[in-house]
Amino acid sequence: MSKEYPGNPLNSKDFKKALKTKYVPTAEYAWSAGHAINRFLTGLKEGRILGIKCRSCERILVPPRAFCEECFISVDEWVELKDTGTVNTFAISYLDTMANRIKKPLLPAVIEIDGAGGNGFLHMLGEVDPKKIKIGMKVKAVWKPAKDRKGDITDIKYFKPARGGV
Amino acid sequence: MEKVAIIGVGFTGARPDSPELSYKELMYEAAVKAYEDSNVDPRKEIGSFIGASEDFWDGVSIFDEYLPDQIGGALRPVCSICNEGLHALATGVMHIRAGIADIVAVEAHSKVSDVVNPEGIMHFALDPILDRTLDYNAHVMAGLEMNRYLHEACVTKEECAEVVVKNRANALLNPYAPYGAKLCIDDVLDSTPTYEPLSELDTSNLVDGACVIVLASEKVARNKRAPVWINGVGWCNDTPNVGLRDWGYPRYVRLAAEQAYADAGITNPYDEIDIAEVDDSYSYKELQHLEALRLVDTGEAAGFLCEGAFDINGELPVNASGGSLGMGNLLDTNGLVKTFEAVEQLRGMAGQRQVKEAESALVQSWRGVPTTSGAVMILGNEPSGGD
Amino acid sequence: MPRRVAMIGAGMTKFMRRANDTPKEMAFEASKMALDAAGLELKDIESVALGTAPDAFDGVHMKGEYLSDGAGSFLKPYTRSFVGGGTGVFTGAHGWWHIASGMFDTCLVVGEEKMSSAHPHPQGAFLTIFDNLIERNLGPNLVWIFALEMNRYMTKHNIKKEDIARVSVKNKGNALDHPCAQLGMKITVDDVLNSETLAWPVQRLDISPTSDGAAAFVLASEEVAKRVTDDPIWIEGVGWNVDTTIWTNRDLYYPKYVEYAARMPYKMAGIHNPPKDIDFAEPYDPFDYKELHHMEGLQLCRKGEAPILTREGVTARDGDLPTCPSGGALGVGNPIAATGVMKLCELYWQLRGEAGKRQIPKDLRTGVAQAWGDLMQVGTVVVMRR
Repeated sequence: MSKEYPGNPLNSKDFKKALKTKYVPTAEYAWSAGHAINRFLTGLKEGRILGIKCRSCERILVPPRAFCEECFISVDEWVELKDTGTVNTFAISYLDTMANRIKKPLLPAVIEIDGAGGNGFLHMLGEVDPKKIKIGMKVKAVWKPAKDRKGDITDIKYFKPARGGV
Repeated sequence: MEKVAIIGVGFTGARPDSPELSYKELMYEAAVKAYEDSNVDPRKEIGSFIGASEDFWDGVSIFDEYLPDQIGGALRPVCSICNEGLHALATGVMHIRAGIADIVAVEAHSKVSDVVNPEGIMHFALDPILDRTLDYNAHVMAGLEMNRYLHEACVTKEECAEVVVKNRANALLNPYAPYGAKLCIDDVLDSTPTYEPLSELDTSNLVDGACVIVLASEKVARNKRAPVWINGVGWCNDTPNVGLRDWGYPRYVRLAAEQAYADAGITNPYDEIDIAEVDDSYSYKELQHLEALRLVDTGEAAGFLCEGAFDINGELPVNASGGSLGMGNLLDTNGLVKTFEAVEQLRGMAGQRQVKEAESALVQSWRGVPTTSGAVMILGNEPSGGD
Repeated sequence: MPRRVAMIGAGMTKFMRRANDTPKEMAFEASKMALDAAGLELKDIESVALGTAPDAFDGVHMKGEYLSDGAGSFLKPYTRSFVGGGTGVFTGAHGWWHIASGMFDTCLVVGEEKMSSAHPHPQGAFLTIFDNLIERNLGPNLVWIFALEMNRYMTKHNIKKEDIARVSVKNKGNALDHPCAQLGMKITVDDVLNSETLAWPVQRLDISPTSDGAAAFVLASEEVAKRVTDDPIWIEGVGWNVDTTIWTNRDLYYPKYVEYAARMPYKMAGIHNPPKDIDFAEPYDPFDYKELHHMEGLQLCRKGEAPILTREGVTARDGDLPTCPSGGALGVGNPIAATGVMKLCELYWQLRGEAGKRQIPKDLRTGVAQAWGDLMQVGTVVVMRR
């Protein structure tokens, strides 16, 4: 097919010169956390990780929700979990949230919380040499001091390698 | 074409605020009610789940991510349609007619109380190059349109105020509607001018709520209690360009209606339709829409209204639910809420606001400013229609 | 029974780092090209289906409404579908059901994305794909989810990075033959392995670029198709699937949702043995490992086997099972929804023998395109046949 394809690319010089309208949207939200996440975040403030058990499939759901998506029933049997877990997967990020380059990498990881049958949540690793992180590594939560906790996921500063290691 | 029916409906009711529930929990409540009503197990029987949503109303990019769990759709065919709830219902009809599924769930919700600055979101919908920099509030579009409609159709502000009085009175009879009130015309005319000729009480208030509707193929619906048949659907867009659109007459509603009437085999809408739930997110819109739907001739809606034809006990009850003026405005959920009302009426379960001998209903929605997007659906207790 | 649906024309713009064209203009240009290719005019079009990804990219709330006139929907029935990165291929289903349902005889299908509108970088928009209550405050970056998934996939199957890098080498190389490509180039495995580490294991050359672009095609009923062309290409099956939102409760090493999405069109098209019954594929490749992940989800090979096939050249353009002969997202560029539409256009051009220098050198009968998106959560699949 020999066709002229439409589209007019701009090089960086022309891009700077091209007319633009600038606009910063004012989009502000104050989300209701709802029953389940409210209690989860309140637990974090108290220095506890809470899960919820589905009476039908018997999974321990963490992060908790008001209903089991598998069985489609309401769930309300709260369970307190340990603040230890296993690294399910991790990354070593030299980009910050806005994709700026950073020297000291961020260490996001999915942590399977002990006692939750492999379920867990996204958090960060700390007090660890990035080269030594392994999938399957045992970790423990490092909490902010009680007075600084405000009912937020960041009430846990990060997870660090647990004593006893891998 | 295969006939499709509504076999279950679930609605949370409308509320100005719902701080105790997350949007997921709100949607879950509507879904549970709809599946209970239709006696369907969503994890086993539903073949397609469709949600109508817009990212900036929900405050997430890609709302589809947050859609499946609370409507029973995890690891199932789920999709988002960024249109009005009625467009999503039309999509469900197409899924059934195309053989994708025998049972389809359609969801829409508003958790607008989570949005700190809804006006800012509405402004973000204006054309980024031509309109946004003029720095007007998006509601101005409705003021412009109302002015042109009053001029073209020879309608007065008083007559538009009658719409508000009727709908807010109807809402008093509807337990789902928070804005029931006994008003007089002067209450409306004396309310604060906002975007003239609009006054405060001419405009519906943004509210929270979720609605789920369950659709089924004819084969499945025949074995269900009280199916309500979708005899016709239509939807249409005019131009998004504010310089080119017809400000007095909503052509998109007219074209959507013609598609739905052809589907349903309707030639004389006024005689063949028993009740109508039409968009009234601003007072004048109800009159303008009734005319574009050919339920009455252009310029005649106000006369019918003032004679009481659109009252609950009139010849063609319009917005017996209270409409958006009485229910509140649930954004893209309005069409499903109006469908919910039509189903309650056709099933004879509308309580104090029950219309006598309602056998067929028309539902119409509009996506609000600055859009020219509308949809129409014809419902009946019996299947009917063309080919 | 659904009615048969044919693709009768396709078009696309160049994929660009920064376009002078507005979003509407790009949608128009691709649509016009598709209509011309089909030999139709806008008045012949009965319905319009648009696919476009987050509003935050183009910077317009209700982007579908804003784009509507560019997409040719003036005074026509029009809807916009949106399943994240899966949107582009999903438009194949979206347009298909308009005609398969018997409600319309023609449908114009359009995909558009202008990512350069977001400043300073589309990353700001990507942040808001994460959970508003328990993830966003951690300051996540889009690349994280890929790095987390890639790491899990590599570790589970003991896959080496060089075997993943081969996908990038192949696709960027294929894109050299695509006149619309933004990033066609000849690179080596070492180039990929030595490129900047962004979020380990993801490196610069593992990733597709951000792009501006649009693509479109025209679908028609059997009756219309046979009237306007001697060589219609049939959409034989469509499928999609979305897994649970709670991605941290899933094992990311395998895309079960892609498997489920693929089973739908395979059943419709009577495909029982995908590697044998499918001649070539356009799996979604926003990152190099994703092509491998998706080949496995599409049942084109066993779990963990895709890197081996790639190493052995099976997926090269002249191999037994060519994948991304277009150059894919890695090479042609990745204006999200437009990319998936481009993949459907590629199936069309390949099946008609019109792919020019990209033409696969063998007899083609059946192709599959796939896209993926949301929080590692959605699969969309379309099977097309000559």
